Amino acid sequence: MVDLIEARVVVIGSGPAGIAAACAAAESGGRVLLVDGQSEPGGAIWRGAWTGRVPAADPAPVWFDRLRRAPVETAFDTTIVGRVGPHRLLAAREHRSIEIRYDRLILATGARELLLPFPGWTLPGVVGAGALQLLVKNGLPIAGARVAVVGSGPLLPAVAASLRARGASIAVLIEQASWRALARFAGHLMVGHFSKFRQALALKRAIRGTAYRAGCWPRAAVGEDRVRSIVFTDGVHLREEPCDWVACGFGLVPNLELAAMLGCGIRDGRLTVDDHQESTQEGVFGAGELCGVGGVDLALALGRIAGHASVGDRVRAERWMSLRDKHRRLATRLEHTFRLRSELERLCEPETIVCRCEDVPFGSLRGAASARDAKLATRCGMGPCQGRICGPATERLFGWTDRSGRPPLVPIRLDALADPPDS
Amino acid sequence: MSRPGVGRSYDVVIAGAGMVGAACAEAAAREGLRVLVVEPDLCGGGATAAGMGHLVVMDDSPAQFELTRYSCARWKERRDEFPEQVEFRETGTIWIAADEDEAVAARKKGDLFRAHGVAAEWLDPPTLAECEPDLAPGFAGGLLVAGDAAIYPPRAAQSLLERAQDRGARVVRDAVVGMKDREVLLRAGGRVPAAACVVASGEAARHWLPELPLGVKKGHLLITDRTAHRVRHQLVELGYSRSAHGDELESVAFNAQPRGTRQILLGSSRQVGVTTRDVDWPILRRMVRRGIRFLPGLATIMATRVWTGLRQSTPDSLPLIGEDARRPGVILATGHEGLGVTTSLGTADLVVSIMLGRAPPIRAEPFRPSRFGSPP
Ligand SMILES: Cc1cc2nc3c(=O)[nH]c(=O)nc-3n(C[C@H](O)[C@H](O)[C@H](O)COP(=O)(O)OP(=O)(O)OC[C@H]3O[C@@H](n4cnc5c(N)ncnc54)[C@H](O)[C@@H]3O)c2cc1C
Ligand SMILES: Cc1cc2nc3c(=O)[nH]c(=O)nc-3n(C[C@H](O)[C@H](O)[C@H](O)COP(=O)(O)OP(=O)(O)OC[C@H]3O[C@@H](n4cnc5c(N)ncnc54)[C@H](O)[C@@H]3O)c2cc1C
Repeated sequence: MVDLIEARVVVIGSGPAGIAAACAAAESGGRVLLVDGQSEPGGAIWRGAWTGRVPAADPAPVWFDRLRRAPVETAFDTTIVGRVGPHRLLAAREHRSIEIRYDRLILATGARELLLPFPGWTLPGVVGAGALQLLVKNGLPIAGARVAVVGSGPLLPAVAASLRARGASIAVLIEQASWRALARFAGHLMVGHFSKFRQALALKRAIRGTAYRAGCWPRAAVGEDRVRSIVFTDGVHLREEPCDWVACGFGLVPNLELAAMLGCGIRDGRLTVDDHQESTQEGVFGAGELCGVGGVDLALALGRIAGHASVGDRVRAERWMSLRDKHRRLATRLEHTFRLRSELERLCEPETIVCRCEDVPFGSLRGAASARDAKLATRCGMGPCQGRICGPATERLFGWTDRSGRPPLVPIRLDALADPPDS
Repeated sequence: MSRPGVGRSYDVVIAGAGMVGAACAEAAAREGLRVLVVEPDLCGGGATAAGMGHLVVMDDSPAQFELTRYSCARWKERRDEFPEQVEFRETGTIWIAADEDEAVAARKKGDLFRAHGVAAEWLDPPTLAECEPDLAPGFAGGLLVAGDAAIYPPRAAQSLLERAQDRGARVVRDAVVGMKDREVLLRAGGRVPAAACVVASGEAARHWLPELPLGVKKGHLLITDRTAHRVRHQLVELGYSRSAHGDELESVAFNAQPRGTRQILLGSSRQVGVTTRDVDWPILRRMVRRGIRFLPGLATIMATRVWTGLRQSTPDSLPLIGEDARRPGVILATGHEGLGVTTSLGTADLVVSIMLGRAPPIRAEPFRPSRFGSPP
């Protein structure tokens, strides 16, 4: 028999949304299990803060404290692999299989970085911005290195600031959104979200002296066996900036694979939910970046609503709705401000690799009608990453939205799939 | 979409552009026949996309031996016709013998193969270990069939279909729903005058020709992440045939294929009569355990994807190739079970010989649909 854990409410993902959901569900009287593939709670933004490896930014301490005190069971290092049947999920923990049974399920699986292909993006030294931040947090020496931070979104200055704090020099920060859009957004922050405005100012100070190029985008990463420089443009001029690393990120894409596997409705790249965060599958709720990228505050509000509503406590759920609406307005603004320009869809040369796992060049994909068509003809998206990277990119480049969503959701060890082992 | 091709008459309409249909289309077009291929989905998107692409000589029955042997020889002759993306690799097969009984059986298999011109070499345990250093110790040896190969089937099907089109074949997105008075009936309402209709629609054949003795055996496959682990040949346990064609309703057998990308494709399972496509975790568990027993190093490697496919099977495990006794003009080419990629080229040659009234390249009788008697 496979090991079994059961709870009335199971929360998948322990980022801000999942933590808030678990605490809220427990507060409303549910027996809650919080599950995450990572070894500690925190998600993408508070990673490492639980164990004190990195300082906890507000409001992480408050929420960690709440989680410690709440009657919430936790299962870390536990990755959801797939669906076994109604109300049953399969998870893996190292070499073990675990079946998880639930009455109510809250999905809070977060988002990942969007990487877009451009000439040279597969050179060593070109990495995801969040990935580089994580590598550095985990000990990659960066002091003295020149980093070009490239792409779009509020994450870029945050990454730049944190790399700089570790001794990197930021060669250039290239943001594809226009100055005008950014200025309009700053004005909005100043009026409606002053604390955010202050945060933005603090970030600005942290990256003072950095060449910040708004309205620019990358054209190529250049180098032989490693990146040497980044070539970028404002649509008129080309410039080249020497660097040792290129940290790219073009925004975030929700991790919708589990939701899709459970048959939940998905529209415009986000989970479809009602006012109480319930998906189109009865008893399955969603919170956080899954429901549209919106930042920590929105993730927390959505988590609270989902948590309370999951056990039928609509009264408490509804208390958070006006806060949710406020943060959602900001999220909508963010989305507008950092909307990706169409030039980014025309960066690839025919020989630019789009699917890194299978070495599929852009040119061989142009005739395909869908992701499945491309996969059958070229193996695009069939490699080890299973299209987690090139899937969102081809969606952008070609408008392909079909994704296979085959298990395991995340790569897992074969001995976990074989567990319990042969007697 | 426009409907090119419909509205004319054809020598043959081919229902289905999987591996088998595409091969038939290409063979017919090569003979100068006017060909229309009808496919409701993507070429190679059916069972063909789910399979392992192992081109393998098998000898569970004399007829199977003849068809796989002939087909493998055709693949080898024709390998240069296929583009690089078909990934033709001469991996060879090693049939692994678990114990002395199996070693005896393997040696007999080797004798049979050699007697028919198929290179086969017995590997004693030390030689086996040298050939496949990551295989678990303790096996009684293995039979190396060096000529077996592996391909990426969907691309192979597409490539054959493209070649058929180069020779004038038309392709239309529709489905064949029947044939009457030398007219092939399409789902969208079209009627296509044709001398023959080749039914290569795999799974769907069971729906519009329900009286055919076709069943289903569901299979699972898994692919690993890139690994430093060494698998050099396609490795198959000798007990595979027992699993494949035994009476059990559910069975697993060890079958591993190295991919050019340093990934390993791991099979295989069989579930008789199961038609749901989702992963069955308990049988997958058995399959993976079996894999680890043969290749212990697999234990700590990552599985990146698991999928399933349906094999069309017949009571005697031989495909149905030939005219349908009840429907003049209908030629069946389906029921290839776990060997349809391998035997597609042989099937196509047989089908063309039937259409042109030529002598078949191998004995056609064992595959005649009428061998099961006429349906009630
Ligand atoms: C790489 C990266 C860096 C970021 N850095 C910053 C930053 O510096 N500043 C900032 O303001 N915002 C940052 N963000 C944005 C931030 O993540 C969001 O604003 C918000 O915190 C998201 O909260 P969440 O709870 O929805 O998801 P997340 O925090 O992403 O949490 C999702 C959790 O779900 C778990 N999970 C997913 N799938 C499974 C599964 N199958 N099984 C088990 N567990 C699973 C993950 O392990 C993860 O812990 C970053 C995002 C990313 C992707
Ligand atoms: C797990 C697994 C592993 C395998 N491994 C191997 C292996 O290693 N080696 C090997 O040789 N074989 C292997 N096989 C078997 C092989 O994949 C099949 O025998 C082969 O692909 C069958 O090809 P096909 O063209 O008959 O069927 P399919 O590929 O299923 O093609 C049938 C086509 O017909 C179309 N169609 C459906 N309805 C209609 C209609 N009404 N009209 C027109 N068209 C229609 C479908 O859309 C489909 O494209 C494996 C199979 C499985 C499931």
